[in-house]
Amino acid sequence: MPTEQSGHSSPPPPSPPPPPPSAIPILRIERLRKQFGGIVAVDVERLDVARGTITALVGPNGAGKTTLFNLVCGFDRPQSGSWFFDGRDVSGRPAHRIARSGMIRTFQLTKALSKMSVLDNMLVAGAAQRGEHLLSGLVPPTWRSQERALVDRAAVMLERFELDRMASEYAGTLSGGQRKLLELARALMAEPSMLLLDEPTAGVNPVLVQSILTHVLALRDDGMTILFVEHNMDVVMSISGRVVCMAEGRVIADGSPDAVAADDAVIDAYLGRRREA
Amino acid sequence: MDIVAVLADSFRTAFGPIAAAYALAAVGLNLHFGYTGLLNFGHVAFMMTGAYGVAVTVDQGGPLWLGFIVGVVGAVVLGLLFGLPTLRLRVEYLAIVTIAAGEVLRTLLRSGGESSLTRGVFGIQRFADDFFAANPFDRGSYGWGRFAYSERGLWVLVIGWSLVALVTLVVVQLARSPWGRVLRAIREDEDAARSLGKNVFVYKLQSLVIGGVLGALAGMLLAIDRQSVNPDTFLPVLTFAVFAIVILGGPGSRLGPVVGAIVYWFVIQFTDRFLREAIAVGWIPESVIDSTDVGAVRFVLVGAMLMGLIIWRPQGLLGRREEVLLDAD
Repeated sequence: MPTEQSGHSSPPPPSPPPPPPSAIPILRIERLRKQFGGIVAVDVERLDVARGTITALVGPNGAGKTTLFNLVCGFDRPQSGSWFFDGRDVSGRPAHRIARSGMIRTFQLTKALSKMSVLDNMLVAGAAQRGEHLLSGLVPPTWRSQERALVDRAAVMLERFELDRMASEYAGTLSGGQRKLLELARALMAEPSMLLLDEPTAGVNPVLVQSILTHVLALRDDGMTILFVEHNMDVVMSISGRVVCMAEGRVIADGSPDAVAADDAVIDAYLGRRREA
Repeated sequence: MDIVAVLADSFRTAFGPIAAAYALAAVGLNLHFGYTGLLNFGHVAFMMTGAYGVAVTVDQGGPLWLGFIVGVVGAVVLGLLFGLPTLRLRVEYLAIVTIAAGEVLRTLLRSGGESSLTRGVFGIQRFADDFFAANPFDRGSYGWGRFAYSERGLWVLVIGWSLVALVTLVVVQLARSPWGRVLRAIREDEDAARSLGKNVFVYKLQSLVIGGVLGALAGMLLAIDRQSVNPDTFLPVLTFAVFAIVILGGPGSRLGPVVGAIVYWFVIQFTDRFLREAIAVGWIPESVIDSTDVGAVRFVLVGAMLMGLIIWRPQGLLGRREEVLLDAD
C-alpha cells in the first residue's frame, strides 16, 4: 500500500552481522519503483535471486519485465528503491559500472554490432583491456599479449556456440537466431557472474532454441546465475528452477514453475478475468 | 582551350596547402563521424579556434609556438564544452549544439572593433612571418611546367602534408587498437557497448576532443597559408565541405579523408578552370553562364557529383560496400 512509500528520512538501522556468502542472494531488489507519468511501470517490494539458479520472469505485455531489467542494469533510473549485486549496493550506478561488477544483460531486440566482424563483437566485450585506454592504445606492445589471450578465448567460445565459421563475417550477415547466440556468447566474454537475458529465444527457430537452452543449462551447471524474461511457456517450464510472474509492475506470484502456472492470480493476469482496482 | 594548363592548375590545387588543411580537418571529422558516429556539425568552430589561437597570440606579441599551444588547448576546451553537456544525450543533440556553436563563435569573433582582441571584421594579418622565415627552400619555382609551387607554397605544403601523414598514422593506429574497437562498437550501438561495461561517455568525449584538435591544426594551416584570419572565412558551409570530403573518401576508411580532400579540390578547381576556359573560347555562350557565375556553378557540379556518388558508390571511394548494404537492415 502507498502509505509505506514515503517517510524514508530516518537513518538506516544498524546492519546485522553478514550471513555466510552462499546464503547472500546474488541479486536483491528492495522497494523498487518506476513511474512513467501516471503509469506505474515497476513497483517491486522485494525480489531476491539466489546464486547459481535459473529464474524466469514472466508476465503479460506491459507487466514491467523489461523496465525492471533496465532499472537493475542502470539503463533507466527509478524514482525510488535500492538493489544489491553480490552483496554490494549498486543502486543508481551507471550501466557500465554495473556491467563491470559482473551483471551482464542482453536485449530483447538483439544488438549485434552489424558493421563489425563476429570476432570483433566478441573481442570488444573483453573486460579490463589495457588497449582500451587512449594512450596505451597507441603502444601495441602494452596490449598485444592480452589481445592474443582474448582472441584465443573468443575462438573457444565461438566454437562452443557454433559460430566459429562465421568469425570473420560481418555480424550484420548473421540470421536472427545466430545473432541471439552471438549476443549470449559476447555477454560471456565479459566474464559475468550473472546474466540477465531479455527474451533469449524470441524469433529463433526451434532447433536454435534448443541449442540456446542447452547453453543456458550448461552455464547454470558452471555456477552462473541466470534471470531471463520469456514468453514461451515451454521454455520457461523446461529450464527454470523458479518462476516470478509480474503484472502491472508488481510481482504477483513467485515459486516453482508448476505452482506459478497453477496460481489464480497468474491466470487472471494473463486472461484478464478479474482486474484488481 | 589550354587543357594542359587547366589540368596543371587543378593538380596544383589538389596537392596544395589548402587541400592539406582540408585533409587534416577531414581526418578529425572521420574520427568523429566515421569511427564514433558523432554528428559534429560545427567542425568549423575547431578550425576557427586553431586559426585564431595562432593569430591572436602572435598579434598580441607572443611567439608562434605559443600560438600553436593556445590553438590546441583552445580546441580541447571547446571539445569539452561541446561534449560535456551533450554526449550523454542522443547524437542529434550534439549536432544541434555544434552547428549553433560554430555560428556563435564566428559572430563573437566578428563583433569587436578594429582595436579588439580579434579585430572584428577586419581580421588579423601577417602573423606567420616567423613560419616563413624558417623556410629552408630557396627563392624560386619548384615543379614541372605549369604544375609548380613557389618556395613559399612548397614550404606550407611540405609541413601540411607531413602533418597529414603523421595524424593519419596516429589515427589509424588508434583505430586498430582495442580503443578504436570500442569507438566502432559505440557507433554501431552505444547501448550494447554500455551493456558490456564500456564508459561510452568518456570514449565519445575523447573522440570529440582528438578530432577537434585535428580540426584546429587544419585551421592553423589555413591561417598560416593565407597569413590572414577573418571570421567570415569560417562559415558553416566549411563544415559541410569537410563532411563532403569524408563521405567522398568513405566514412570510417583509413585513407578516405586524405584521398577525399585531394579529389574534392581537384574537382572544384577543374570545374572552375574548365568553365572559365570554355566561356573564354566560346564553347559556352555568355548568355548561359558568364564568368561571374562560375564560382556558384562549380558547387552545383560538385553537388551533382556527390549525388551520383551516393547513388552509385554509396561507400565512398575507399569505403566498404558490404558495410553500406548492412545499413539497409
